[in-house]
Amino acid sequence: MTAEQPLLRVSNLAKYYGSRLGCADVSFELWPGEVLAIVGESGSGKTTLLNALSATLEPSAGETLYRMRDGQWRNIYDLSEAERRFLVRTDWGFVHQNPADGLRMTVSAGANVGERLMAVGDRHYGNIRATALDWLGRVEIAADRIDDQPRSFSGGMRQRLQIARNLVTGPRLVFMDEPTGGLDVSVQARLLDLLRGLVGELGLAAIVVTHDLAVARLLSHRMMVMKNGHVIESGLTDRVLDDPREPYTQLLVSSILQV
Amino acid sequence: MTALSVQNLSKTFTMHLRDGVVLPVVENVNFHVEPGECVVLGGPSGAGKSSILKMVYGNYGVDAGAITIQHHGEAVDLATADPRTVLTLRRDSIGYVSQFLRTVPRVSALDVVAEPLVIRGVDKTEAQGRARELLARLNLPERLWSLPPATFSGGEQQRVNIARGFITDHPVLLLDEPTASLDATNRAVVVAMIGEKKAQGVALLGIFHDEEVRAQVADRIIDVTAFAPRIAA
Repeated sequence: MTAEQPLLRVSNLAKYYGSRLGCADVSFELWPGEVLAIVGESGSGKTTLLNALSATLEPSAGETLYRMRDGQWRNIYDLSEAERRFLVRTDWGFVHQNPADGLRMTVSAGANVGERLMAVGDRHYGNIRATALDWLGRVEIAADRIDDQPRSFSGGMRQRLQIARNLVTGPRLVFMDEPTGGLDVSVQARLLDLLRGLVGELGLAAIVVTHDLAVARLLSHRMMVMKNGHVIESGLTDRVLDDPREPYTQLLVSSILQV
Repeated sequence: MTALSVQNLSKTFTMHLRDGVVLPVVENVNFHVEPGECVVLGGPSGAGKSSILKMVYGNYGVDAGAITIQHHGEAVDLATADPRTVLTLRRDSIGYVSQFLRTVPRVSALDVVAEPLVIRGVDKTEAQGRARELLARLNLPERLWSLPPATFSGGEQQRVNIARGFITDHPVLLLDEPTASLDATNRAVVVAMIGEKKAQGVALLGIFHDEEVRAQVADRIIDVTAFAPRIAA
């Protein structure tokens, strides 16, 4: 075992849309097995940051270094297109708020999962189908739905399928944008429990954007609070939630409805 | 070697939503806990006992001072440690039985109890075995073990919480009123379990409002009112 190292190193990352600020001065490290929540209200720059981190949106300044499987540190915006595609298809996952953005709605559930396997070179139909079936089971989708298209799935099932599609290649880092956003609460609870279990079991690192502090509490080890494009407070999740320092964080925490 | 030592700890809350009013909590907190002893924080409600426990666990930040914990033979200051270090301290060196159980939907009582061992890499079946022993000892009916504790009574939840806190061999264990909603039989079980922890050399720091329990477990009582902040004029 080599000495433990972070997986991601972000320094002074900024994204401007013309003269308008998306996010700025963001620096942090993410370690293997660590779940980081990014919270803040709509328009605070959370999703911009997530997209800039995941090579979806080119930042205006700063750098994001990623430790590749061979141990090399690479700036994700210096990668060749082929290298970047390899990362996005295998070593990373991206769970979108709207499953339709992350799934192919007109191919079967099994093919949605199998496609990522084929991207890493698996060509054996029987193996692919067996692995897809295994993953459908892990996200609690009945085996007899494997040939159905996600169009015929409920919102919660689609989201679970999207998770299976992302995790099947054994990624080391998963980005999630409001993964429970459009779901009703009972479905949310099931999804959260599933995610929490899988993240722990697989030792994934994850960056989860959410405006829901309960989701952050349940899933994350650490959190960053964003406001107007800046990280205004960060730390251990329970410390930030139980002893918030910044006026805006105190407002967020005190605005949670108690049931 | 001192297991836990707290030096010159101070804490205030600034309530930004209340015009920035500053609530002093404690000032110049100094104490230490040795392996094998149970130190009890005493004083009336509102004196800052729970706040001190939460600072020692890293749940509350501190304004000043140090919280030194023995961690794999090394003294680590939790007050200034980064989140990653605090999580490692919690995994290996410092445990906490909170007053209320924070339940997770769909996770069974058995898994809630076993989790601290699973996180440390203990085989799941073995961890569940240990969890069963503890739940049985705390007289939690076996039919409840496979259910999520969200719907349990206060006393049942507290026993799940105690089992979860006691399942590891953390050298420092914090107890926030672990016997508050227990009946006499189960209080006696917890008192015995605390005695066993002491015999194993664990350093315990707790809050016990029940005088009978306190008399049975406490080696020393620290009067928290001594750390009351001097009110600025």
